[in-house]
Amino acid sequence: MSETVIKCESVYKIFGQNAQKMLADSNGNVDAKTFQENGCIVGVNNASFEVAKGEMLVVMGLSGSGKSTLLRCISRLTEATGGKIFIEGQDLLELNNKELIELRRNKMGMVFQSFALLPHKTVVENIAFPLQIKGTNTEESINRAMEMVKLVGLDGRENYFPRELSGGQQQRVGIARSLAVEPDIWFLDEPFSALDPLIRKEMQDEFLRLQEKLQKTIMFITHDFDEALKLADRIAIMKDGIIEQLDTPANIVLNPATEYVRKFTEEVPREKVLIIEDVMDASSKDNLGDLKVSKDEIIENVAEKILTQEKLVGVVDSNNNIVGSIKPSKIIDTVFGGRKNGS
Amino acid sequence: MEYLKKYPKLFQWLFLLIVFFGLCFAIDVPETYKFIRGQAEFVKDPNQSVYFFLGKEVRYYAFDVFWRLPPLLGWLPIWINDSLFFLMNEWMPMEFWNEDTQEFKTRPLLLEISRNLTSFMTFLIELIREILLGGLETIVAFTSWDFIDAYPWLELPGLPWTIVAAGAAILSYKLSGKGLALFAGLTMIYISIFGQWKPSMQTLSFILVAAPLSFIFGLGLGIAAYKSKRVEKALYPILLVMQTMPQYAVLVPALVLFGVGDHAAVIITMVVAVPPMILLTILGLRAIPPEVIEAGRMSGCTNWQLMFKVLIPTARRDILIGVNQVIMVCFSMAVISAFIGAKGLGFNLLLALNQLNIGLALEAGLCISLIAILLDKMSLAWANKQTDYFGNLTFFQRNKNVIFFAASFVIGIILAYVGTFIFKGSFNYLFEIPHNKGISTADFWNKGVDWIFDTFFVYIKAFNTWLIQDVLQPMRALYLRMPAVATLVLAVGAGYLIGGIRSALVVAALTLFIALSPWWDRALVTLYMATFGVVISCLIGFTVGTLCFQNKKSAAFMLGVCDIFQTFPSFVYLIPVMMLFGITDTSVLIAVIVYATIPATRYTIEGLRSVPVGLHEAATMSGVNKFQRLTKIEFPLAFPHMMLGLNQTIVFALFMVIIGAFIGTEDLGQYILKALSDKNGAGIGLTLGICVAFIGLIFDNLIRTWVGKRKKHLGID
Repeated sequence: MSETVIKCESVYKIFGQNAQKMLADSNGNVDAKTFQENGCIVGVNNASFEVAKGEMLVVMGLSGSGKSTLLRCISRLTEATGGKIFIEGQDLLELNNKELIELRRNKMGMVFQSFALLPHKTVVENIAFPLQIKGTNTEESINRAMEMVKLVGLDGRENYFPRELSGGQQQRVGIARSLAVEPDIWFLDEPFSALDPLIRKEMQDEFLRLQEKLQKTIMFITHDFDEALKLADRIAIMKDGIIEQLDTPANIVLNPATEYVRKFTEEVPREKVLIIEDVMDASSKDNLGDLKVSKDEIIENVAEKILTQEKLVGVVDSNNNIVGSIKPSKIIDTVFGGRKNGS
Repeated sequence: MEYLKKYPKLFQWLFLLIVFFGLCFAIDVPETYKFIRGQAEFVKDPNQSVYFFLGKEVRYYAFDVFWRLPPLLGWLPIWINDSLFFLMNEWMPMEFWNEDTQEFKTRPLLLEISRNLTSFMTFLIELIREILLGGLETIVAFTSWDFIDAYPWLELPGLPWTIVAAGAAILSYKLSGKGLALFAGLTMIYISIFGQWKPSMQTLSFILVAAPLSFIFGLGLGIAAYKSKRVEKALYPILLVMQTMPQYAVLVPALVLFGVGDHAAVIITMVVAVPPMILLTILGLRAIPPEVIEAGRMSGCTNWQLMFKVLIPTARRDILIGVNQVIMVCFSMAVISAFIGAKGLGFNLLLALNQLNIGLALEAGLCISLIAILLDKMSLAWANKQTDYFGNLTFFQRNKNVIFFAASFVIGIILAYVGTFIFKGSFNYLFEIPHNKGISTADFWNKGVDWIFDTFFVYIKAFNTWLIQDVLQPMRALYLRMPAVATLVLAVGAGYLIGGIRSALVVAALTLFIALSPWWDRALVTLYMATFGVVISCLIGFTVGTLCFQNKKSAAFMLGVCDIFQTFPSFVYLIPVMMLFGITDTSVLIAVIVYATIPATRYTIEGLRSVPVGLHEAATMSGVNKFQRLTKIEFPLAFPHMMLGLNQTIVFALFMVIIGAFIGTEDLGQYILKALSDKNGAGIGLTLGICVAFIGLIFDNLIRTWVGKRKKHLGID
């Protein structure tokens, strides 16, 4: 993997009056129940992970699972109670207020669930806001903001006020604003949750297009498992402040680490999530039929072709080298019978 | 027994009432007790008992402690007076340079501060007054009388009234539109033609100084309270007391600290106007969605940028509603400050009322009401105005209001100049119409009042006599018959049953303060008048509110009427009742009823309105008729909000009862009025004010606690 941008080492966030002391006493063994009896609520419990440059980590969990709290610890909107957080090797929790502001002005961008636009500023002024806060002069910041307006496809509406825009359009403004300072790290806190399903899908596609172009390091929070599967390079599933599993979408679907994760994966249409590489047999490369499929194909797209074959189907990589094979019956197995791990 | 289990609360209340009445009957009226005599007076009487506190002699008439508690707080007013005197005249003497005598003089620090503050305020008021009306005080402030004598032409000319009227109309147009502009223009023309220009501008200049200063202080303190829990906790009790403190009472200490006149009034107005601004600032800042704040912080805002570029603009509407409140409080204070010598409409009104010239009073009152409505509508329009984008407009479109004002400025000056030729020798009506040179309808109104008295005197008199003899007197006697201990038990018991130990303690402390002050009897009289007013107001308000609610249009209309009536300074209400009922308790009570009906009606309509649509539909689908819907669905759900209305009704009624002292009542207000003309009145006035505020707070605490619990129970917010 390439260089690490965000690194968390046993991050804790505990709400309550004696949080600091209780955490120190617990010796890293935080039990939510005993904490609650003492008037403390555990938000994030021993979170450790890394996010590499250009990677998109999706944190998935239901409401109250601590996913937003985790994000706010990493953006230091709330102070973590314990643990260490490094941003590009810099110890985030050691930064003083001035350095923190510098970091936010240049390296971080964040998108919010309820858009959080300033009601008294127009679209373009909202987008230019972080630049102006930084001290960029008006003309330059407006020019830059206009570029962002075009990037998110809002041209012609730059002089509208947020109240005159639909939810989807408002979130486009929110996205443009968070990108205005060209941050390296992009935080998105349930950006599409407040939108209608159709708009949501459109925005997800748009988001993927943007990410293809921009290659930011992303932490994306969602409560929607399908969204997580669609967008993520890796998914972290949280429950009660604990990261239950952190893995690629395919691995989570195929090998859920806990009962809790398995419940999410049950309803997932695997053929839409998994690629051939995830289910192929890398050991047998002999007795292949005529059909060859790429290892990066999503199963759904090639299932019909494979199922009409009787022989083994060869799997090739991008250079057309054979890297494995797949039995037609394996496809059926994956789609219909793949619940063997749990029940 | 079964009932006891089913309605335990009901039986607890019954038990409380039984104890209360038991105590009332068990404790006899002492033979020495006569109303008024029971109180600590500051005259020496051989029958009085004496106690010493902090070296102060406090005299009172001794009674059985069950009947009336001894006035252990009798030293408080004396102590306040002495402390104020000490602070003003003896504390921290310092050397100050005296410009006039060219030498150092030793003066107490606070006196010097007060002097400088008042002269600064006087300068501000004079400056604005002279821009509007002309004069030379401002110029003198920068030069000297000799200089003025040498150049007699040197005088601020004052704006012609046409320009002020045009300015008001243009500002209204910018804020709201044609309707308000027309209203503003007509109001100004009316004021001018009816010869009220000068007092109106004096009042306006008062507001133009008091309101911005109150806004700045209120905003600053509001921000401080938002940022620091400690500041908020320190401010909270003061804010609470100030909300229920009658404005009258605050005037008294102002006399001691700042003397008589506009400057003292402005300073004391700020004391009254700042609390609502603080409250609304806190409210507005609290209501900002946390994500907006986070967005600001993630954009890299410093604390300063966050406050002024994100928080305050986002809370703009609430803050401007605060401005609206500030302006309205300043205006009503501007009227009441006439009692400590502030010039303007209030002064004219007070003068007219003192002379029983109802016609003149009515004219001044109408002026006050019109300006109140105008100020209210303008500031509300400002609050509700959305920011507009103007980058793509032409220069003319962007600045048309300024251009129009400049044009009307020039036209106004030309008109005034032309006026000097037309009205040669007499007054220039195009420049300024002097007081009592305008049209006056006073005679007409006076004749009308005479006619009313001549025609209806018998009926009014009969009604008056009946009300006073058969209703008010017995009711007053009943209230005064309550032994202090019984009242205390009732109040504390109610506090306990409603809000538990905490409420009981708060109510006990508040009640004890009043009971231990020398004015318990007076407080009971105040309470009886307020109760009478509140009961009738609520009956009217709840009925009218419920009836108006049946139709959307009439509900909106009624709310509009309430809005307008609420903007009138309370003093104005005394005019029509004096016109109809003369100087009697009936007048005061009717003013109380009219004034206190406003919140009762408003909260009833709002409460009924706030019942969710879904519930309406659900009820309709279960086949209820209109009456059933009202009694089974709407009333139970709206009831907590209506109770908040009751709370407001009580506060309004108390205010009016106190102001009614002007007509002549026997309650606390009368003593406040007396304190105004008493050299040592500051302590008495303040203590009395606190007593009234505490009466209000007792009910406030009980009702709010109850409403809070009820709302939680019903799951509405």
